[in-house]
Amino acid sequence: MAGKTLYDKIFDEHIVREQEDGTVLLYIDRHLVHEVTSPQAFEGLRLANRKPWRVGAMLAVPDHNVPTTNRLRGIDDLVSREQVETLDRNCTEFGVQEFAMNDKRQGIVHVIGPEEGFTLPGTTIVCGDSHTSTHGAFGALAFGIGTSEVEHVMATQTLLQKRAKTMQIRVDGQLGAGVTAKDVVLAIIGKIGTAGGTGYAVEFAGSAIESLSIEGRMSVCNMAIEGGARAGMVAVDEKTIEYFRGRPFAPQGELFEQAAAYWRTLKSDPDAVFDKVVVLDAAEIAPQVSWGTSPEMVVPVSATVPDPANETDPVKADGMRKALAYMGLTANTPIEQIAIDKVFIGSCTNARIEDLRAAAAVIGAGKVASNVKLAMVVPGSGLVREQAEKEGLDKIFLNAGFEWREPGCSMCLAMNADRLEPGERCASTSNRNFEGRQGQGGRTHLVSPAMAAAAAIAGHFVDVRQIN
Amino acid sequence: MQALTTHTGIVAPLDRANVDTDAIIPKQYLKSVKRTGFGPNAFDDWRYLEPGEPGMDHSKRTKNPDFILNQSPYDQSTILLARRNFGCGSSREHAVWALTDFGFRVVIAPSFADIFFNNSFKTGLLPIVLPEDVVDQLFREVAVDKGFQITVDLEKQKIIKPDGSVIPFEVDAFRRHCLLEGLDDIGLTLQHADDIRAYEARRQQTAPWLFLDK
Repeated sequence: MAGKTLYDKIFDEHIVREQEDGTVLLYIDRHLVHEVTSPQAFEGLRLANRKPWRVGAMLAVPDHNVPTTNRLRGIDDLVSREQVETLDRNCTEFGVQEFAMNDKRQGIVHVIGPEEGFTLPGTTIVCGDSHTSTHGAFGALAFGIGTSEVEHVMATQTLLQKRAKTMQIRVDGQLGAGVTAKDVVLAIIGKIGTAGGTGYAVEFAGSAIESLSIEGRMSVCNMAIEGGARAGMVAVDEKTIEYFRGRPFAPQGELFEQAAAYWRTLKSDPDAVFDKVVVLDAAEIAPQVSWGTSPEMVVPVSATVPDPANETDPVKADGMRKALAYMGLTANTPIEQIAIDKVFIGSCTNARIEDLRAAAAVIGAGKVASNVKLAMVVPGSGLVREQAEKEGLDKIFLNAGFEWREPGCSMCLAMNADRLEPGERCASTSNRNFEGRQGQGGRTHLVSPAMAAAAAIAGHFVDVRQIN
Repeated sequence: MQALTTHTGIVAPLDRANVDTDAIIPKQYLKSVKRTGFGPNAFDDWRYLEPGEPGMDHSKRTKNPDFILNQSPYDQSTILLARRNFGCGSSREHAVWALTDFGFRVVIAPSFADIFFNNSFKTGLLPIVLPEDVVDQLFREVAVDKGFQITVDLEKQKIIKPDGSVIPFEVDAFRRHCLLEGLDDIGLTLQHADDIRAYEARRQQTAPWLFLDK
């Protein structure tokens, strides 16, 4: 019998019961909750007179709606304020631990989960948010769910699931200087397409993935969903284990060692068989820039905007024409000639300390170009912000003309006051370039933190490898 | 959940691939703490000519005459025909609520994003996957017959076209059962509460570090 994949190991460990048709009742170890997708679920519990099954398996934080400036003044937008206050009230009523808006530990749900050691290897982790795939970087099975399932997990600590197919995406070799985890995942999505991973749990492997930092692995798993896969994951290694030592929610002492012994088994067996294998050569990956309105519409920075005339698939060609019109771009324009209006460094993809260090290193003593109306850095959590300030990164950003904000999802999806105006073009370290994502009519180009910083200084996209 | 057995309605053609959940319901409307009232804002950026915000009287906004769901008879349609990878992006179930609140009961496409597909069944919206060439053919038929209606029979897993011809479709047996009966998942799962407790007792022995509940 063939060995097991990492996905199968974790899935099997969490089966409560299995129906004849293969539908599994899957136990959920960790449930992260935020203000946008939870109010209707709490209300459902209330209407059915139910209580959370295991309140200690939940951790809540407001992140989507929170302002990133003047936070002590509260939230100006009344509708946003009501949603955040509803989360506070629900957490108090049901006894759920919450890092409220002005708690130092508040931040983007996918940043604080690992930071607190609430995320752990080998666990099943869910959240009413598609970027829950981020937590798979730690050898966990983590995926996003809708509000009905949020309520289901609250009430039963389980989910009804069918086993997914498995895909291994292997990136072999060494990444070039200036090429980051974000470029790797954008290149992967460019290759497999936004529906390439639909129906699959993806395991990222290969020497280039192994050599990534923990933060880099999180950026890769974060965007698994942009390739259609609900779950992305990376095998546990010593880097993973060391990451959790001393984290507040992680086991300590003897229990940590006991856990670590189990965590070391969390990798696919050498003879495990995947339903699909995709291989990329790390050396061929260049810094990436998205040009369209779907994350698969991405090219190396040295390339030109693709021409729909060269696309043979009529559905794709139609999508490309619509994207060019929305983005205000002409086919065959060199990417490096595209000027930008705003820069956003942040989001659950790229707002961890390593991301801020990478951006600051590119900026150095540089200044934001005069055509850039706004450049902002939004740290992923209060603790990331604190660490960055200890290292003096905030000074580098401020000296360059960036704004240094308070943590939250911010302009990744523009539910708070941070947004693009119609027609504005943004170099963004976030995960989605959909129409209107960063503000109605806004035009998003997805890039790495280093590439965003370089674009801020130049005023247009540039190849970060040619700086310094 | 609202049950669905058979449903007859007008098919609206939304001729785009990768329709994402941000397009189905833009972020500003996710600030609602309710499950209802999203219908007027389904496809908001495509449907109206000026920007919208929660709390506006949306009936007073200018509708984009070029958008298919603003045209008669598609403003009355209950079956949406779309292209590949429908519902990609965010996990927001609000996207499904917006479609059902608009009046849709069925969405037909060559493929759906996983989370959207899953969410649909929880809210009584039936997503039907058909081969790309069959979807193509439907688009052609809708183009020549504006009021094109079909009947979806979930029990028999069949789509019946106006000329009486039939398109069979696949659907997961358990999901079909739940949708036909309008069953509440949570109630079903809680029938197995003892199994869940037994699992937890077992796991506390093998993985005690997972039960340091604060």
